Amino acid sequence: MTKRLWVFIACGLFVTLVLAGVVSNFASSSPDGLDATTLQGCTTDAKGNITGGTCMAQQAKDHELKDSPLAGYGIKGIDNPYLSTGLSGVAGVLITFGLGYGIFWLARRRKAPAEAGVAEPGAGD
Amino acid sequence: MPNLAMHISNGIIDTPVSAAFAGLALVALAVCVNRGRNDLDERLAPMAGLVAAFIFAVQLLNFQVLPGVSGHPLGGVLAAMLVGPWVGALCVSTVLIVQCLVIADGGLTALGLNITNMAIVGTAAGYLLAVLLLRLLPKTPTGLAVTAFVASLVSVVASSQGFVFEYWLGGTTTLSIPVVASTLAGVHLLIGIGEGLIAATTVATVARVRPDLVYAMRRFRVKAAPVAPVRAPETVAGGAT
Repeated sequence: MTKRLWVFIACGLFVTLVLAGVVSNFASSSPDGLDATTLQGCTTDAKGNITGGTCMAQQAKDHELKDSPLAGYGIKGIDNPYLSTGLSGVAGVLITFGLGYGIFWLARRRKAPAEAGVAEPGAGD
Repeated sequence: MPNLAMHISNGIIDTPVSAAFAGLALVALAVCVNRGRNDLDERLAPMAGLVAAFIFAVQLLNFQVLPGVSGHPLGGVLAAMLVGPWVGALCVSTVLIVQCLVIADGGLTALGLNITNMAIVGTAAGYLLAVLLLRLLPKTPTGLAVTAFVASLVSVVASSQGFVFEYWLGGTTTLSIPVVASTLAGVHLLIGIGEGLIAATTVATVARVRPDLVYAMRRFRVKAAPVAPVRAPETVAGGAT
């Protein structure tokens, strides 16, 4: 049973890594719905820099961690854009899986799963 | 550098409102942990980790919705249907936290705003609608797919209106609220279609391969008798292909 579960998890992770590592390179690079709305009212140049007008994005401030090695969905120091995007996606997936699984494992219900299910919350620790 | 961000940046919403929503998000997450523990067992924990990782991946997949405008899935409905609403909201939050702290996407001061809109509002709206729809639709892969599609559509638009509410409370610019609201709703309706297709495909695929791992198949009908393990594939009524 448990083994079957892990086979499923492994297959799921494989698909996820392909999406994040390969397919992500074919994603649209236009600003998303929210970003586009924050730019509404402003004119931008080809690089997406604001050149005039009034819009929300003018008030936007830099991210506190903008110099982190994975900032902006790329890896600092890797010049090939495909490699940089793909690897940052793979790293993000692994970090997210590790963090998520860790948190959920720690938070899990420790009781034997009594099917009638009157498990009380917060009984752990 | 265009488009290296997908979520609310620092400075768009003022500090007091951002702080208030950080507090709200924290409370909501605590509730989710507390309620989610009932669902989280040895099997759901790795599944939830996978769902979080999968949402991280699909959020990278921006698709074009209008000339010069793209959208990416948020994942709330997909998560709620696969691992339940409480754990599902935590999955989306995990993604947003990783994006904020590791990728520098979504301002640190805006994290509470982003969690509120995408993890809490988006998941809650989509989950409630999905529960409703699954009272009417059969709990088959097709029924789940239709549910996931419709619920995603509504969930994404609801998320976008969460931003409008926050902007109304504490926007640092003074644009017309109705204009912002309708622009966002329109774009996110289109994004919702894309997200709906991805969520429907994902949920239906898992439902075919491992129906026992789909929360929506096991536990959505909370009101009915305490779920007897539904093994026997009840003769599927005709109609849905």
